[in-house]
Amino acid sequence: MTKKINLTLKVWRQKGAAHKGALETYSAQQISTDMSFLEMLDLVNEDLTLSGKEPIAFDHDCREGICGMCGAMVNGRAHGPEKGTTLCQLHMRHFSDGDTIMIEPWRAMAFKVVKDLVVDRSAFDKIIAAGGYVSVNTGGAPDANNIPVYAEDAELAMDAAQCIGCGACVASCPNASAMLFTSAKVSQLALLPQGKVEADKRVLSMLRCMDELGFGNCSNERECEAECPKEINITNIARMNRGFLKAALFSRHK
Amino acid sequence: MQLDSKAPGGPIETKWDRHRQDLKLVNPANKRKFDIIVVGSGLAGASAAASLAELGYNVKCFCIQDSPRRAHSIAAQGGINAAKNYPNDGDSVFRLFYDTVKGGDFRAREANVYRLAMCSNSIIDQCAAQGVPFAREYGGGLANRSFGGAQVSRTFYARGQTGQQLLLGAYSALMRQVSVGKVEMLPRREMLDLVLVNGKSRGIIVRNLITGEMERHAAHAVVLCTGGYGNAYYLSTNAMACNVTAAWRCHKRGALFANPCFTQIHPTCIPVHGTYQSKLTLMSESLRNDGRVWVPKKADDRRKPDQIPESERDYYLERKYPSFGNLVPRDVASRNAKAMCDEGKGVGSTQLAVYLDFAEAIKRDGEDVIRKKYGNLFAMYEKITAENPYKTPMMIYPAIHYAMGGLWVDYNLMSNLEGLFVLGEANFSDHGANRLGASALMQGLADGYFVIPYTMGGYLGGAGLDSVDTNHPAFAEVENECKERVNKLLSIKGSRTVDDIHRELGLCMWDNCGMARNDAGLTKALNTIPKLRDEFWQNITVPGDQGDFNQSLEKAGRVADFLEFSELLAKDALDRRESCGGHFNEAFQTEENEALRDDENCCYAAAWEFTGVGKEPVLHKEPLTFENVHLTQRSYK
Ligand SMILES: Cc1cc2nc3c(=O)[nH]c(=O)nc-3n(C[C@H](O)[C@H](O)[C@H](O)COP(=O)(O)OP(=O)(O)OC[C@H]3O[C@@H](n4cnc5c(N)ncnc54)[C@H](O)[C@@H]3O)c2cc1C
Ligand code: SF4
Ligand code: FES
Repeated sequence: MTKKINLTLKVWRQKGAAHKGALETYSAQQISTDMSFLEMLDLVNEDLTLSGKEPIAFDHDCREGICGMCGAMVNGRAHGPEKGTTLCQLHMRHFSDGDTIMIEPWRAMAFKVVKDLVVDRSAFDKIIAAGGYVSVNTGGAPDANNIPVYAEDAELAMDAAQCIGCGACVASCPNASAMLFTSAKVSQLALLPQGKVEADKRVLSMLRCMDELGFGNCSNERECEAECPKEINITNIARMNRGFLKAALFSRHK
Repeated sequence: MQLDSKAPGGPIETKWDRHRQDLKLVNPANKRKFDIIVVGSGLAGASAAASLAELGYNVKCFCIQDSPRRAHSIAAQGGINAAKNYPNDGDSVFRLFYDTVKGGDFRAREANVYRLAMCSNSIIDQCAAQGVPFAREYGGGLANRSFGGAQVSRTFYARGQTGQQLLLGAYSALMRQVSVGKVEMLPRREMLDLVLVNGKSRGIIVRNLITGEMERHAAHAVVLCTGGYGNAYYLSTNAMACNVTAAWRCHKRGALFANPCFTQIHPTCIPVHGTYQSKLTLMSESLRNDGRVWVPKKADDRRKPDQIPESERDYYLERKYPSFGNLVPRDVASRNAKAMCDEGKGVGSTQLAVYLDFAEAIKRDGEDVIRKKYGNLFAMYEKITAENPYKTPMMIYPAIHYAMGGLWVDYNLMSNLEGLFVLGEANFSDHGANRLGASALMQGLADGYFVIPYTMGGYLGGAGLDSVDTNHPAFAEVENECKERVNKLLSIKGSRTVDDIHRELGLCMWDNCGMARNDAGLTKALNTIPKLRDEFWQNITVPGDQGDFNQSLEKAGRVADFLEFSELLAKDALDRRESCGGHFNEAFQTEENEALRDDENCCYAAAWEFTGVGKEPVLHKEPLTFENVHLTQRSYK
């Protein structure tokens, strides 16, 4: 049933990377439980705007859980309390009247705050640019059915490929590691015959890039998997590690 | 102005090959002397930028989001068409071409559509080679499913995330070119205007969305891949940042805008449930493969769906269209849903919804099979509505989804402004008055991977362009105009928010320019929009500064453009004296309430020329000739 609830928000406000930030308190009144979390923030922002204040900056676009643009720590959890859910897909029915909600940006060395809840995730693009592709130019690809792919492999590749690049894994990891994100791409391509040719080179260079960008190491805390809105499996990290060892020890790219 | 489509004559099967033969080439060593700007990193933009860079051109690619991977194409769910005929069910390039022309209600340019169908197969090959994890059969080959408006299974898919996977494929190709230095990627930039030098497109002005700085970028050609304008209606299935700004500013510089009234209303979206709502969520058309659409036979039947026996349900699409059933094209499905609700048979608390029921499919195939096909869509539905579609039918209602109209382009995908190319949803060329499902992804990628690499060479090879840099006075002039506009927006300091006005505009457009239109409503919209525009420029409040990350300011600029553009949309709708595809004027319908075209008088693309805000635009008509398909009343019975 639809209800109206009243909430207190404690929101991180920060003018820019060079400024210091602080938590500000706002009240969110008459929030319909059918609203999404971002619609609740929209409402608060309308009020702030009308009272001459600057609204809370937050990234968002598709509001369907697929673009990976949204994200914040809600009561200390990336994308909030619901499993397998992005912030834009989190609905207010999961909160109760009178709740206080703490909303903060992703925090990681490699993700600088741009403003309020908005962070710079361009490091992820750099990791992909380091090898998250198959080196094939447009034109001249063979007929798609020339290379059969085991249906099971295609399924596993698809499981990994679902990553939306949101950064929740990094934000929830005590070491701010980007292993889950990186392994999702490495796994997807390593599982498919099209990606196998470059698998060694790819895993070495993507991991090197990840390290250089200031992401931490994986110490098997599994927080990333628990908080990933696309439920990317941690076995992808194991698969990547095996690929890495093999490439580091035996490949011509070592 | 004479509109020349530049489509070659002769047999349709060989037009593209002959045309390519005739296009000028730029030799490999010279390509690196040319700079190309690609605005947008969706399927069209990312594929174009990557392919042009692979050829050796220097490319700068821009997008609004923080990463090119987040372009709105990422949200496409259902699939992408190709005429592979893998299922051996009688598909061919010609059939895909024919279905697309017919699906578009005979208002697209034949030559473009044929080329699109020809390119479709190469797209699948290209994407598979990139490692796109398409769904597979157990034998290892690619799987297909069916989409509306076709009687063959030609839709390739990656679960319910086809757009995501195709875009990530194009994005990976793009990032590969970034890593070798052939593409400079500039995210969080919004194009605010086009710079013309001696009548040719030579650059753009963008606002750096982080610092607020205006930046000038010069090039030899500009490729616009900025997507569709569905957000003119406020509530739509489009992502929040989708806009008409880049296209509209080019229009104001002289680019013709074609068929703006051809908007697509998607039949299967989650219904509106509150005024606070910020967008509508699509439930992929692929669901109509297995879901059955119905309403109670009696009006105002408030019983729960499971209490309504079979005999009291009206599976109206199956009843009215026995050969296509639930898979009729979108315009037909949407109008029928509206008709049922108008008769009082709508369901749910607002009675603006119909059921999409999977009970029979689940009984037939088992829950697991259904979960494998649509699991993510069902999960998304449940997240939003808190109802479990495995147990109770989904409720759906039509919503604005796609823009068939866009900037006018010729066969080379160049607008009437020299050196301005327009690709993907931003152009008007391939879908006529209605787009079939799974063909926007196809078009975006065909344009970017397989058309622009050729036609760009054809242009640059013969254009004889002098060198122009950002010190040219035209850049300073346009930049100043952009700055003034931004300052104006910030200085109004009125009492209404931008969203508030946008919502009002959207409601006006949906009520008067939506699924069913009439002259009275359109005239009303044409009265309301200018008033709302005045209200906007006098009474909005935009907090914050120009030199800062300022989302309110971004929004204000986009809504300002929607307020100008919407007037053209309504004008175009009123001007077209027929119904066709997504444009349905109640005065023009058959006895069975289907769209009634007027092929004698209205077989044209309407290309509008800008003459000033609030001034009468000038209409140019590109006549559409059909040599390979026979114009018929569309029938899906
Ligand atoms: C929910 C949903 C589901 C869909 N499902 C399907 C499907 O199953 N099959 C199908 O074929 N089609 C589908 N479509 C349609 C299809 O996704 C789109 O038509 C297509 O992806 C558009 O691609 P594009 O490259 O033209 O534009 P977009 O993907 O919209 O990209 C636009 C790009 O331009 C940039 N941009 C825009 N304005 C500016 C500016 N002023 N300055 C700088 N950059 C700018 C954006 O940042 C973005 O990078 C779906 C659409 C929606 C909404
Ligand atoms: S692995 Fe999961 S949490 Fe990390 S970026 Fe991808 S989707 Fe987000
Ligand atoms: S806004 Fe796109 S994933 Fe949340």
